[in-house]
Amino acid sequence: MKLDDLLSMWRIRALEEKIRDLRLEGPIVGSVHLANGQESVAVGACSQLRPQDALYATYRGHGWAVARGVPPREIFAELMGRVTGVNGGRGGSAHFSAPQHGFHGENSIVGAGAPIAVGAALAGKYDGSRRAAMTVFGDGAINQGAVAEAMNFAAALGLGVVFVCENNRYSELTPIDDMVAEPDLSRRASALGIPAVRIDGNDLAQVRTATRLAVEAAAAGRGPSFIEAHTQRIVGHYIGDSEQYRPAGELERDLVVEPIARLTRELLADGVPTESVERCERRAREEMETAAAAALRDPLADPATAKEHLYA
Amino acid sequence: MSTPAVPTPPAQADEPVAGPVRLPIAHALNRGLRDALAGDDRVMLIGEDIGRLGGVFRVTDGLQKDFGDLRVVDSPLGEAGIVGSAIGLAMAGYRPVCEIQFDGFVFPAMNQIITQLAKYRHRSEGAVSLPVVIRIPVGGGIGAIEHHSESPEAYFAHTAGLRVVSPSNAHEAYHLLRESIASDDPVIFLEPKRSYWLKGDVDTTVAAPAFDRAQVVHPGDDVTIVAYGALVPAALKAAQQYAEEGVGVEVIDLRSLSPIDDATILESVRRTGRLVVAHEASRTAGLGAEVAARVQDEAFYSLEAPVLRVTGYDTPYPASRLEEDWLPGVDRIVDAVDRSLEH
Ligand SMILES: Cc1ncc(C[n+]2csc(CCOP(=O)(O)OP(=O)(O)O)c2C)c(N)n1
Ligand SMILES: [Mg+2]
Repeated sequence: MKLDDLLSMWRIRALEEKIRDLRLEGPIVGSVHLANGQESVAVGACSQLRPQDALYATYRGHGWAVARGVPPREIFAELMGRVTGVNGGRGGSAHFSAPQHGFHGENSIVGAGAPIAVGAALAGKYDGSRRAAMTVFGDGAINQGAVAEAMNFAAALGLGVVFVCENNRYSELTPIDDMVAEPDLSRRASALGIPAVRIDGNDLAQVRTATRLAVEAAAAGRGPSFIEAHTQRIVGHYIGDSEQYRPAGELERDLVVEPIARLTRELLADGVPTESVERCERRAREEMETAAAAALRDPLADPATAKEHLYA
Repeated sequence: MSTPAVPTPPAQADEPVAGPVRLPIAHALNRGLRDALAGDDRVMLIGEDIGRLGGVFRVTDGLQKDFGDLRVVDSPLGEAGIVGSAIGLAMAGYRPVCEIQFDGFVFPAMNQIITQLAKYRHRSEGAVSLPVVIRIPVGGGIGAIEHHSESPEAYFAHTAGLRVVSPSNAHEAYHLLRESIASDDPVIFLEPKRSYWLKGDVDTTVAAPAFDRAQVVHPGDDVTIVAYGALVPAALKAAQQYAEEGVGVEVIDLRSLSPIDDATILESVRRTGRLVVAHEASRTAGLGAEVAARVQDEAFYSLEAPVLRVTGYDTPYPASRLEEDWLPGVDRIVDAVDRSLEH
């Protein structure tokens, strides 16, 4: 249902916006990377994952966690360093994980998650579960050696890895087109023998189809897939980024095509009442306010526990 | 790649200003890079977001504009590529200065650093020099996260063939960087990132001591503190507090973490009989252990107290919320000095 999709995307947007507020107001400390504008990739891709599938995200991973079913209250608490956080406040914005939701962690070392997903897929081959291991990374990450190694490893051994490249056109502050001679990033994967597609990541239907086929291939033992999803972040690389690298007019254009604006237009054109469309945003914001308020009341993690959990 | 700019003729080094100017460390480093680029057209900079954007800490601000994108090179996101290509540049006669954006991102380049950069001179019987400088912002205290707040110096110091240096103030930042770039050895240049905006007087005409020497930055005869990088200002603060109580704390800024200037430390400890080593990095197998071992080797009978260490804890760097509790500072240094004096 398209209205459900809109609600799912609004949940991520509202979470990110609330996180931004809390970061600027003080309860959240430390660096934070938001994914506003990229919600459709997370929502569409996670809609096709099964419980046994494993997801590896990046520092821009809050939305992926939500789409995987990690409760927002635990995410807020994590970012605020509360005992009730997904990892008791130890992971923070860029490093939390929730394996019970198939969310095997964010990562702030660009590209580091890709080889790890290969191992998860290898395990799925060995134990017969045929789990799909999805690794999400950006356009910039395509230039990391670890990603190239992981793609070839998965291809050579026919492992069920789903490589999702969220191409938001920027490798941090530098346009990706300045850092590659071949702007079609999916060709890196095809060159290694991995079936690869380039899609409009703002179109949920395209994200769903590409992911469904990739997960089916993994489940059938047909090996890895690569999805280059074109998207855009409509906020800074991190909270506080002055975004001086953006050309004039770019953000305005992005705000028209970004997935929430796009789906909202589609729904209204389909004749869905404005009231129902607006209710999605309202409801999502209310949920996040409630979750954040609850997390704010939770106790802070005790610094003394920082020495725990080093060894088994 | 964008169209390469026509190579600019080397700009003239700024006329040395008579007398010191007050600069934050980040600007002193920028000045050092600028003067090095202007003074030697073999010097090149390479790193992520360093050119058009001027670097996330703005240390390379304006340099691509003035020296062109063939000398200030924006690299793709890949640290093994950055360091590896710097090695190739050095072999071709250039003097590359790499920027690694944050400490934790040097790890993808460790292979190139440890297996290649550190070893070429030795394995080539001295024939191949690799004058590569790798600048890395290190340490915590800025509300960043794991991988963005690390203190990796011991990994490098443990690797023979690398020089490891770290400045603690703006004047030192300028001169240590100039000397590192001029050196024919690979230098790991560790910039204490929480001190980037710490201002100090920089005199480009008055050289600092050689970059492999430690320096006494506060004299005293009762206890010696050896520190480096971001903990030097903390050690100085502690020394000033003791001075008011009539206790003489000598502070040595290590500056060169590898090789270590034993002579300066031993001379001091033979006088004071007491030593505290302070660093932000975790304790186990850190620089503190190395300094302590050297001092007990050479000055055992001068010691009146055990050598004490003030360090980060043996844990991964914690989430931002906990970093104030984690980081060693003046309090923990004072506590160690008190314990040393009690013996
Ligand atoms: C190994 C490593 N090098 C550099 C960085 C610094 N850094 C953080 S995000 C980023 C850009 C990543 O771009 P992309 O992969 O396109 O992901 P996006 O941030 O656009 O989602 C860089 C260079 C890092 N985190 N890890
Ligand atoms: Mg990107």
